[in-house]
Amino acid sequence: MNPLPQELLRGTYKEGFHDDIKPIHQVPKGASHEVIDYMCDVKDEPDWMREFRHRSLDLFRKQQLPDWLPGLRDIDYDAITYYASPVEKSARKWEDVPEEIRRTYDKLGIAKEEQKLLGGLGAQIDSEMAYHNIQETLAKKGVVFLSCDDGMKQYPEIFRAHFAQAIPPEDNKFAALNSAFWSGGSFVYIPKGVKCDVPLSVYFRINAEQFGQFERTLIVVDDDAFCHYVEGCSAPIYTTHSLHAAVVEIFVKDRARCRYTTIQNWSTDVYNLVTKRSFLYKNAVMEWVDGNLGSKRTVKYPSCYMMGEGAHGEVLSLASADKGMWQDAGAKMVFFAPNCTGRINSKSLSGHGGRSSYRGLVQVRDGAKNCRVQVNCDALILDEKSRSDTYPTMEVDGDLATVEHEASVSNVSEEQLFYLMSRGIKKEDAVSMIVNGFIEPIVKELPMEFAVEINRLINLQMEGSVG
Amino acid sequence: MNDTFEIHDLHVSVEDKPILKGVNLTIRKGEVHALMGPNGSGKSTLANSIMGHPKYTVTAGQILLKGENILALGTDERARKGLFLAFQYPCEVPGVRTANFLRLACNARAGRDLDVMEFYDKLEAKMKVLDMDEKYLKRYLNEGFSGGEKKRNEILQMMMLEPEFAVMDETDSGLDIDALKVVSHGVNQLRGPGLGILIITHYERILRYINPDFIHILVDGKIIKSGGPELAGHLEEHGYDWIVKDQVPA
Repeated sequence: MNPLPQELLRGTYKEGFHDDIKPIHQVPKGASHEVIDYMCDVKDEPDWMREFRHRSLDLFRKQQLPDWLPGLRDIDYDAITYYASPVEKSARKWEDVPEEIRRTYDKLGIAKEEQKLLGGLGAQIDSEMAYHNIQETLAKKGVVFLSCDDGMKQYPEIFRAHFAQAIPPEDNKFAALNSAFWSGGSFVYIPKGVKCDVPLSVYFRINAEQFGQFERTLIVVDDDAFCHYVEGCSAPIYTTHSLHAAVVEIFVKDRARCRYTTIQNWSTDVYNLVTKRSFLYKNAVMEWVDGNLGSKRTVKYPSCYMMGEGAHGEVLSLASADKGMWQDAGAKMVFFAPNCTGRINSKSLSGHGGRSSYRGLVQVRDGAKNCRVQVNCDALILDEKSRSDTYPTMEVDGDLATVEHEASVSNVSEEQLFYLMSRGIKKEDAVSMIVNGFIEPIVKELPMEFAVEINRLINLQMEGSVG
Repeated sequence: MNDTFEIHDLHVSVEDKPILKGVNLTIRKGEVHALMGPNGSGKSTLANSIMGHPKYTVTAGQILLKGENILALGTDERARKGLFLAFQYPCEVPGVRTANFLRLACNARAGRDLDVMEFYDKLEAKMKVLDMDEKYLKRYLNEGFSGGEKKRNEILQMMMLEPEFAVMDETDSGLDIDALKVVSHGVNQLRGPGLGILIITHYERILRYINPDFIHILVDGKIIKSGGPELAGHLEEHGYDWIVKDQVPA
């Protein structure tokens, strides 16, 4: 990428505003069975879902946080509101979205024009999808792109066959919390052989204070199909904490391919604790492109579970930890089938005292013969206050596995700065060039407008961090 | 109009150790000077000090670019004022494409955004002189470049940035004879009334291809002898010992 012009490098977290949007439905604070019943009534959900939610809340209460996951003890679950809906239902036309919500999205630049480049656009505010629409040409091919709630009602068979199959509530404490209070998110179904060439895009916005957003996304890419799903997110700056605990489950069937791109830009009030997992069947390809730029704390390891022979999984992960942030990002690759391949490429930046960790798991199960996986993680630390750690775990039981792991930690070197500056380039531009160069292998995989946005955000964060 | 680059009584230390001990040198536009000296005499220290490397501390003296003392200026400001350093060991900058870097540097030097088409036309012409393939432009800056490719890239930058005074720090080191010829050809193309050049070298080999107007011998942080091109021949024949012995202690 080109380093950006100076005027784009200035400013602060521009998404940090909040709007006064009256919720139609709001529940008392705290994670309770009463809240679940209220949600189920409002949403008019089937009984099996009500039971699933109640069971999940019990699991959440029982589950402990793992010892290796520090920094989450101070979350006050009773101070959080678990459901707030400013809309009655998801609009199909932008004009039908309530005006004050439209204004929020206008400020965020999620303008109507953007749809021209997209196959579909969704916009969630707090608990519900305010807008969800898909191009007619894709709809005619049978592509389904709905809020997860609507997906459950309109496609109950596909929904029930996959929901919570990749990530059951037993998986971890935050998956259980999501399972209990999930609301919104996307339901995507790509029929056999359909290539959905234009991205389906969703923007998640938290507006309420001390709020918990628990969107749930379920994507099924049927045999030989293709889809690219893109999500972005942001929140206002408050003095209190909010919680974002999403669950994303993806099923990539035989020879299908799915790419899932995230640009996470939560404000530094948000705990971002997300479980993302994909099941890959025979010769399927899954690509996670995961950019983490915001939040107080992110815990997220997009995963590829190789269920069918010859599957290929990739995780391209980019984390940028500015002041007050701890990005605990990484990836998981679990091989259940033979002749599968995987690649993890992780890049992290830490500046102004921020901390980033790479946490990865590569597991080759017994019977998964002849699998190969390559892990690269590189960290760039911009000043002495900042920190980077690497926690790789490899467990190999399958025969003839090849596991490669490479890691590097570097600083912006005096020699690089001197070299660039000796050509007349100002110091801040030189730092920005070096930083953007470092993340370029990931950024070049992003759609153009996201690449520009990510460069802008990173330049903002890392400005002035090299003394 | 002052068309000189002057160094007056320059003293430079690295980590409190004095390296340069009073260097005096004046270069006029249009002139090519060669600075020669044995290893450890302070040649690279001079080159880096001229460009303002933070590791080198100027303890006394002045460097005047067209009459202006530039010691208080940052490296980037010096460059924008028309100073250039061709590096002995050009640095690798991963992820930054050579073309993007060149364009940013040229814009910085020009103080405005240059016309993109004009920029590429010029770039193409200069690369032809240096016998460089277009593939360079898409590669990351110096990453994985051979020694010769890196040096060519330095001369390309010099051609694109059009400095008024250029210091070439051991540009000949690590070059085979063919690469040396190409690089020298590039430098000779640049020679002219608008540019003063200081070639820093250990060996006189490069001076066969780029004929200097003046030669200076740096030993132990001081220029101990200056003269015309004939000095190079003496050096080749007798080595640095001759000149060191020849010195009458001050």
